Amino acid sequence: MGGAPVSPRRPPSPVRPRDFGKKDAALLAMSAVSSLALVWVVFYQLTLLSGAFGFLVCWYACFLAMYWMATAELVDRMAASDRIVTVVVVTGAAVVVGLLLYVVAWVTVKAVPHLSWALFTKDQKYFEVLGPHALSTVGVAHAVVGTLEQVGLAALIGVPVAVATAVFLNEVGGRGTRLVRTVVTAMSGTPSVIAGVFIYSILIINHVLGYSGFAAALALFVLLLPLVTRTTEEVLRVVPSGLREASLALGASEWRTVWSVVLPTARSGVITAVLLGVARAAGETAPLLFTAFGSQVMNANPFAHPQSALPLVVWTNVRQAEPVLITLAFEAAFVLLALVLVLFVAARILGRTKSGDRRHGRRGTGRRFHLRPTAVPVDLTIARTIARGDDR
Amino acid sequence: MNVSSALMPTPTIPSLKQTGGAASLDATGVHAWFGGRLVLEGVDLAMERSSVTALIGPSGCGKSTFLRILNRMHEVVPGAQLAGSVQLDGVDIYGPGQRAADTRRHIGMVFQKPNPFPAMSIADNVLAGLKFSRISPADRHAVVEEMLVKAGLWNEVKDRLRELGGALSGGQQQRLCIARALAVRPRVLLMDEPCSALDPTSTRRIEDTIRDIADEVTVVIVTHNMQQAHRVSHRCAFFLAEENQPGRVVESGLTPDIFSNPVDPRTEDYVNGRFG
Repeated sequence: MGGAPVSPRRPPSPVRPRDFGKKDAALLAMSAVSSLALVWVVFYQLTLLSGAFGFLVCWYACFLAMYWMATAELVDRMAASDRIVTVVVVTGAAVVVGLLLYVVAWVTVKAVPHLSWALFTKDQKYFEVLGPHALSTVGVAHAVVGTLEQVGLAALIGVPVAVATAVFLNEVGGRGTRLVRTVVTAMSGTPSVIAGVFIYSILIINHVLGYSGFAAALALFVLLLPLVTRTTEEVLRVVPSGLREASLALGASEWRTVWSVVLPTARSGVITAVLLGVARAAGETAPLLFTAFGSQVMNANPFAHPQSALPLVVWTNVRQAEPVLITLAFEAAFVLLALVLVLFVAARILGRTKSGDRRHGRRGTGRRFHLRPTAVPVDLTIARTIARGDDR
Repeated sequence: MNVSSALMPTPTIPSLKQTGGAASLDATGVHAWFGGRLVLEGVDLAMERSSVTALIGPSGCGKSTFLRILNRMHEVVPGAQLAGSVQLDGVDIYGPGQRAADTRRHIGMVFQKPNPFPAMSIADNVLAGLKFSRISPADRHAVVEEMLVKAGLWNEVKDRLRELGGALSGGQQQRLCIARALAVRPRVLLMDEPCSALDPTSTRRIEDTIRDIADEVTVVIVTHNMQQAHRVSHRCAFFLAEENQPGRVVESGLTPDIFSNPVDPRTEDYVNGRFG
């Protein structure tokens, strides 16, 4: 701009025709308020119905109808249908987020005021039932150790097998593919308690293994395997076949293509698949009941003697009559949530591709500040998105 | 081991040797099938050392299939079959004991859609083929520079070799793919409509590259662009698939002859834009 003469005309103020403006917001709000009033009169005063849930459902239905009519009157019918669908979709998303936040907040509120170091240093060997310091005598250290060891072992066995199976399904193919895929799909629908019963009846009853963390890890492995396999397979499927051809055309062998091109391209997706499976396994209770069995004391050896786990602590203690133990169950639930959160954050960090990508991928398109469509062809954008792993 | 080989001398199979420099490619009696359906019949074509051969013809006439037979990429497609022989400097690439991966190292390929490896940096993309063959050059940077210069991309990317290949524009990506294909020093380079997804400027740069590299590598290029075939190729082969017939080579010869003095009337109609 330096020495350029100042333009006599001011640039026009920028407009985004599809923005949701004040008028639209007012319309939405007024529809909500008037439908509330109408339904309140009809529901509670005229028909003498009761119940908050029924009221909410009626209000929502009435709101949709009213919003549709108002928009159809003021704009047109097409816009009305469009906005109704938008509202329904947004409602769905809001309900999901709301429920999740509610669960997390509820556990947090119950647990956080009582958090102390004892939680991570003590087990349940001795505890006082009453007294102001009752909570500082118990902890879930034994369960944290148990969960980490069981889930870690399950992942150690499960992830290589799952990734290998996914590579078989998607890259090798051949006769067995359909059978394997059907079996894996059927396995992913197996109730988790069956996995526990399976290990119990095969290994524990026959004295191959005793109750131990390792037996629990095997049960979790049975659960984790189909989950990680299917997700990894989906991720590998979206790797463009052009990349495989390019690799083969350079003289690479098939396994080299998988190892050096397909897996690195799908890297962040594979990591996400693995950590989602691990997070799921970490929260399972049923398969641990007759494998790890649970324990009140610390047992760091996963290969012998019963071991505790966070879900088991929650399950056992929340049914007790002692307030101290109920609080302990909520604390264990809180620690479990935190553990899963750490796994998700780790997935995002590990899944992030190299430095250049962040600068030139998302931000490079300038989508936020320009009205023009991006110049990148759609298929390339998709390919880049896939490569970045933002494919969810 | 010595005893058995002395007693029973095995017939020696001429293997593909990395002697460097362009090689000739001779296809004889090439047929191709997809799932039992004949799509290409009796193609004989000689691609001379250090020449640029253009394969032209309407869509669906088997040009790309023929091209993929030349470096054994055809067999990657499920249900694809073929017959005939392809000789690289006299060695049959489909002969017994020839490995597809070795063949492809000698006969490189550039695809229609630019396909740099998105998880690799620009430099790693160039070196990818060498890495796959477990060759580590003494001076990696020199190889990267040499290949990117050859592909006409060096000046645009020399300051950002560590960035991901996917961040380049379409035309740049295609030139990166050419650099990647050249880095393994193939003796023949196959190009399957390399410019069909690109703008005129990128197209011109790639045509310049083809002219520059032609003395060290034999080029075979499939194109739908008649002007391009005219501009870059020394020889042309016109493929055509009549209705419900497999594709055949109608006519092949020196490019000026094909364009200005074709023998077959169908060739004349096609190069003059009367159909296809």
